[in-house]
Amino acid sequence: MTETLSTISEIAIYVVMGLYVVATALFVLDLAKRSSQASAPAAVRSAVERRAEATAAVSSGTANASTATLVRPATATATVGGAGSGPAVPSSSKMLRAAMTVTTVAWVIHLASDVLRGVAAHRVPWANMWEFSLTGTLVIVGLFLAANLRWDIRWIGTFIMGLVCVLLMIAQVRYYVPVVPLPPPLQSYWLVVHIIVAIFGTGFFALGFALSAAQIAQSWREKRAAASLPEALPFLKTLPDALTLENLSYRVNIIGFICWTFTLIAGAIWAEKAWGRYWGWDTKEVWTFIIWVIYAGYIHARATRGWRGSRSAWLAIIGFAAVMFNFGIVNVFFHGLHSYSGLTN
Amino acid sequence: MAGLAAEAAAHTETLKRTAQFDRTAAGDLLPSDHIDTIDAGGEDAGGDGPGGGAPGQLRLGPLGWVRWFWRQLTSMRTALFLLLLLALAAVPGSLVPQHLSDPNGVTQYKIDHPVLYPILDKLQVFDTYSSAWFSAIYLLLFVSLVGCIIPRVKHHYEALRAQPPRTPFRLNRMAGFRTVQAPEGVDAAAAVAAAQKTLKAQGYRTVVFEGKREVSVSAERGYLRETGNLVFHIALLGMLVVAGIGSGFGWTAQRIVTVGQTFVDTNVNLDSFNPGRFVDGNNLPAYSVQLNDLTVKYDTSANALGEPLDYDASVTATRGDGSTYKTHIKVNHPLLIEGTNVYLLGNGYAPVLTFRDPSGKVVGQQTVPFLAQDADLTSQGVVKVSDGLKKQLGMIGVFMPTAGRSATGQLQSTYPGLTNPRVSLTVFEGDLGLNSGVPQSVYALNTDKLTQIAGPTAKTPALDLGVGQTAQLPGGLGSVTFDSVVRYASLDIHHDPTQLWVLTFAALIFGGLLTALFVPRRRMWVKAKTDASGGVTLEYAGLARGEDPRLDEAVEALASAHRARLTGVATPGEFNGTKA
Repeated sequence: MTETLSTISEIAIYVVMGLYVVATALFVLDLAKRSSQASAPAAVRSAVERRAEATAAVSSGTANASTATLVRPATATATVGGAGSGPAVPSSSKMLRAAMTVTTVAWVIHLASDVLRGVAAHRVPWANMWEFSLTGTLVIVGLFLAANLRWDIRWIGTFIMGLVCVLLMIAQVRYYVPVVPLPPPLQSYWLVVHIIVAIFGTGFFALGFALSAAQIAQSWREKRAAASLPEALPFLKTLPDALTLENLSYRVNIIGFICWTFTLIAGAIWAEKAWGRYWGWDTKEVWTFIIWVIYAGYIHARATRGWRGSRSAWLAIIGFAAVMFNFGIVNVFFHGLHSYSGLTN
Repeated sequence: MAGLAAEAAAHTETLKRTAQFDRTAAGDLLPSDHIDTIDAGGEDAGGDGPGGGAPGQLRLGPLGWVRWFWRQLTSMRTALFLLLLLALAAVPGSLVPQHLSDPNGVTQYKIDHPVLYPILDKLQVFDTYSSAWFSAIYLLLFVSLVGCIIPRVKHHYEALRAQPPRTPFRLNRMAGFRTVQAPEGVDAAAAVAAAQKTLKAQGYRTVVFEGKREVSVSAERGYLRETGNLVFHIALLGMLVVAGIGSGFGWTAQRIVTVGQTFVDTNVNLDSFNPGRFVDGNNLPAYSVQLNDLTVKYDTSANALGEPLDYDASVTATRGDGSTYKTHIKVNHPLLIEGTNVYLLGNGYAPVLTFRDPSGKVVGQQTVPFLAQDADLTSQGVVKVSDGLKKQLGMIGVFMPTAGRSATGQLQSTYPGLTNPRVSLTVFEGDLGLNSGVPQSVYALNTDKLTQIAGPTAKTPALDLGVGQTAQLPGGLGSVTFDSVVRYASLDIHHDPTQLWVLTFAALIFGGLLTALFVPRRRMWVKAKTDASGGVTLEYAGLARGEDPRLDEAVEALASAHRARLTGVATPGEFNGTKA
């Protein structure tokens, strides 16, 4: 039974990977289309401009630009996940809709595959690196889809889905292990709590990373435009402005930071139960701490004069790089107590 | 993009105006380079040297320098720099083994890198987290933190008891500004009174200001945000202090207990004892633990042959008052007794060996714990026979629960369970030096002054025994019998009196973080202006104090809730802040 279920789960993951690749391609095509449209004379207005206009229609306008957010227009909110974003990118919306549909379908299969793996193993599907990758990418895509219920950030799909494709492929090649029973150190309810919160933290950081990267690109374009330099990467014109992206990225990253703080504390409590000390500078503990400090630095940078904008965005990117390093490199190559990858050297 | 520049300028403008009307803005107590600080002079705060102000201030006295230094240390920029430096400084400790977490790794590193080791050792890299440089960074960071917290606590304490500041003269530059005509028959005072009620219901602290032609209510909420922020940072400090105290008053110990054996928690009874600086080792809590059985289950499937599934030590614990009870110690389930935790952290096998002299008289029976060398529990141990035989004997033994051969033909265990237990003894004779008074490890044998009489370099090969088998010792010294094998548990005993405090501070850190990041601190104003014809114009506006992405929605919601209260009609969207 275990064998059958885990095999089905594995086959499903191949299907998911195929569909994610298709979705990524569609997202890329959408961006390409935006590029050609954005170069056309009637440049598409950014979502913020639309938003500002909508607000102005009701009241006398807003002053505090730093609070502007990318709330979907009321008309679009009703038809979540599909009906397009009104006048923003009319001609590319077909491509975008297709990309979102493929992503959603693939995500449902991904969810099924993940659940099957859990059922096959009689436990939560995040006890080794393969399962962590499986659930982690599921959460990243899930958060991307969920975030689109509130904000229209479908254009970031290229980035998110590209990342997920790469992660899943690496996991498939390097981390796959068959279902084996849980070793005694992992037989604890803290496995459920500590890891899933870490996965969600990683998911939010991934989203924040994508938004920060878009922010840096956007502010680069804005600087070029201000200096009257020739246009580059015209699709960026169809995205929200750098300030909006920065605020959005910050909101996502602080949720990630809270998850990370929780996972750090939960991990310490578990370590006390399992290893007899709540903190022992184990390599994984060290890297979790490093990541926590980097994101703490990011939050402080946002409150430091001269550090807003691209500088703090770079910290978010370094932070996410450290998250990936902690998972992909520290787990496998560093000597420590957290050696639950299930891989044999 | 011109629009962006204009928006940014508007934002700065808003901040400056805030300072003008509000002398008690948090701004003047935040670090000088905090984003919300209003820089009256317009120059870049915090970045210049001590003479960065007016030309007349170039010369500073010692006190001036101290103040300048303090100002630098408590600036946001320094805090940020120290934070990033801390992250960077923590990296080397994960690259090389640490004395604290991996002492054997350090020993191995010393052998593998004879050139690099002394340099790194000098730089305290093997003790990164207690090294001078790492400590310097986090201590500076915490000093900077204290310097930042103290004025903010004072200011927040005052703010908690203060009234919201006076309504700004012009609201139209504030966030979410909107203006509507009041319904017919509502005068300015009534409109503001209704607004005050609405704001109070939303948790705002309010105060009404009456002018000649206008009445307004000024409101503020979200004081919890700064409270959370301060709690978070103070709890971090508390955590550091408590962890420091814990290391001084806590202790750890290790003890190997074979099945059937009892250990008493006294200093002399423990295999190793690592007390904190202030621990009286002679006064440990009195209790004893008898290991009745240790059950280990292994996976027998092909995927994970020999992977452990469960370790279960059943024990009888005796408290200090003599009362006893039976319980289990498992991985993830330590035994809490008399304020100490007893953990099951390792296990292994202890062969039982009997030595006889040539006449057949038993001179000793030993149960010797062998230390596991690999996952299949190929184990190594040292046996010492000091009395009863003609000569003192020392033996280095290898034990295999399931003897077999590795892919390279080497003799080793192939499964951790007891399927084919064998012990192989390399025997030495000579003076063991046990009477010299120098303490010796029971797990090591110094063979410098000993002669090998059975083993690879002797005429007789190593003695290879299965359970129940006997071998004659070379030279007619006597015999050795491998009677049986028992399991042992390696127990770690920890005592940390500050653990509950650490947990408390961790909870405060988390709770503080949640409130500091999610509670919006904002000001709201509703102003009612009566014009010459007796009509009343209502103005609404807000001001964010810190990150507040939903301020606009909040102003909008306030306006519609207020309108509903004035007209007695509930407006859809009043509660969720979206447009009707």
